[in-house]
Amino acid sequence: MNTLSYDIAVIGGGPAGLAAAVKARELGMDRILLVERDYELGGILQQCIHDGFGLLRFKKQLSGCQYAQKFIDLVAEGGIDVLCDTMVLELTDDRRIYAVSAQEGLLEIRAQAVILAMGCRERTRPQVSIMGSRPAGVLTAGSVQRYINMEGYLPGKKAVILGSGDIGLIMARRMTLEGIEVEGVYEVMSSLGGLRRNKVQCLDDYGIPLHLSTTVTKIHGNKRVEAVTVALVGSDGKPVRETERVIPCDLLVLSVGLIPENELSRKAGVQLHPVTRGPVVDDTMMTSVPGVFAAGNVVAVFDLVDYVSRSGEIAAQGAADFIRRQSAQENMVDTVAGSNVGFVLPQRVSADCRGKEINLYLRVRKPMKDVRADIMCNGKILKSTHYGVANPPEMIALRLVPDGPLDGPLTVDVR
Amino acid sequence: MTTKQYVCIVCPMSCSIELTDDSGVLTVKGNTCKRGEEYAKNEYTDPKRMITTTVGLRGSRLRCLPVISREAVPKKLLRDCMKQLYATVVDAPVRQGDVIVANILGTGVDIIAARSITL
Repeated sequence: MNTLSYDIAVIGGGPAGLAAAVKARELGMDRILLVERDYELGGILQQCIHDGFGLLRFKKQLSGCQYAQKFIDLVAEGGIDVLCDTMVLELTDDRRIYAVSAQEGLLEIRAQAVILAMGCRERTRPQVSIMGSRPAGVLTAGSVQRYINMEGYLPGKKAVILGSGDIGLIMARRMTLEGIEVEGVYEVMSSLGGLRRNKVQCLDDYGIPLHLSTTVTKIHGNKRVEAVTVALVGSDGKPVRETERVIPCDLLVLSVGLIPENELSRKAGVQLHPVTRGPVVDDTMMTSVPGVFAAGNVVAVFDLVDYVSRSGEIAAQGAADFIRRQSAQENMVDTVAGSNVGFVLPQRVSADCRGKEINLYLRVRKPMKDVRADIMCNGKILKSTHYGVANPPEMIALRLVPDGPLDGPLTVDVR
Repeated sequence: MTTKQYVCIVCPMSCSIELTDDSGVLTVKGNTCKRGEEYAKNEYTDPKRMITTTVGLRGSRLRCLPVISREAVPKKLLRDCMKQLYATVVDAPVRQGDVIVANILGTGVDIIAARSITL
């Protein structure tokens, strides 16, 4: 087994990992390794051929691949070591990484700091419990995206989409343009799962109907999907049998949510948060394991890649500082999800953060209009921001520069 | 006086925009940035959309090259543009920004490669 030694090892070459590696180089770290299991860098951005990426960072409307390319070029210019086709099998709490690749065989990588950037995974059929047979033709929206946009296959002729998350909406348009008939999008909740802009440009533009409070109750077909049954959902969340109807189709596309991919984190003893399902992190993106940092969708599912890249850069700064002083931050205070707030990231911030910028990310629990997001500490409002609308799918990003040390938990209320 | 409601599609903020046409004078409210104003005015007069799709790719392990229009094209020409792009095949290697189709359908808009392909 080969043993490698690095200052910073980044696991995952998607937007979070790319930004972390580039930033670490900028900060003067010499030995940086980026490990990626696919054959190339870029992560899911490579299959996101649609535009809308990078408006905050580059003030341009880029496609996912264009956004990735900018960072991939910087990784190459920075001479950062990259191992593609390499799968990390295990991370230990003393920052040893075991990985395997076709070219290198089994590897042990020792790093002074590790940045977790594994992203997230789509929820699949077993996680939404649909009855019926198990034929071919039930795919997640991301798989359909990869087939169509990168591999060049059309996975069906007539599709029904379950779930109105962004990838589902994007794929409704994409499949329509590629000649697959999209019968409709079905959403079990009473409100849209994705961003409103995506309903406008992906469904409304193409006359694709959105059916709220409706779900797929059964899949029909033996070898191949032949039809699905859909039904309205009552206020108790259960399908109403009398409203069932059968829709012939050969493809059921699932866009039913994303889950941070934390198998490696869990094994390394990293504390996970029950709501975000990602590591509990502080304002330097350090997890509960000293020297192990996390960035991007592995921490919580972000809806803007700009935020993901930013979190990668914060993690790189945190990792560089950690290596230079070889100790964890002391004097931390918790952040608290207050009224109408589902979660706040990071979960801990340094109490001595006077004049230091803190980025807070949060999601509200329910759609609201004309609200204020208040950051409070010990009964004092440190910052208040007004929003015309606040929707759960649209993450709120707040910046705080405290003018003194924090003498208690930071609570964020939205009302 | 006509009033129209739009949801801006320029970025994920999805701003709710209200456009008012007072005998040819267009006023826009609710947008966060200039792009939103431009979007609402375009949407009212001549709706435009970006083109993002793939063209065929030879000589790579991938079979598709993602492409993007440099600017938005008139919405009514979208399908015809797509049709032309379906018939387009290019050879690897490709560099991000290479012009794949210049001035598509006389719109003055180039279609460019959205990524580099080395293998």
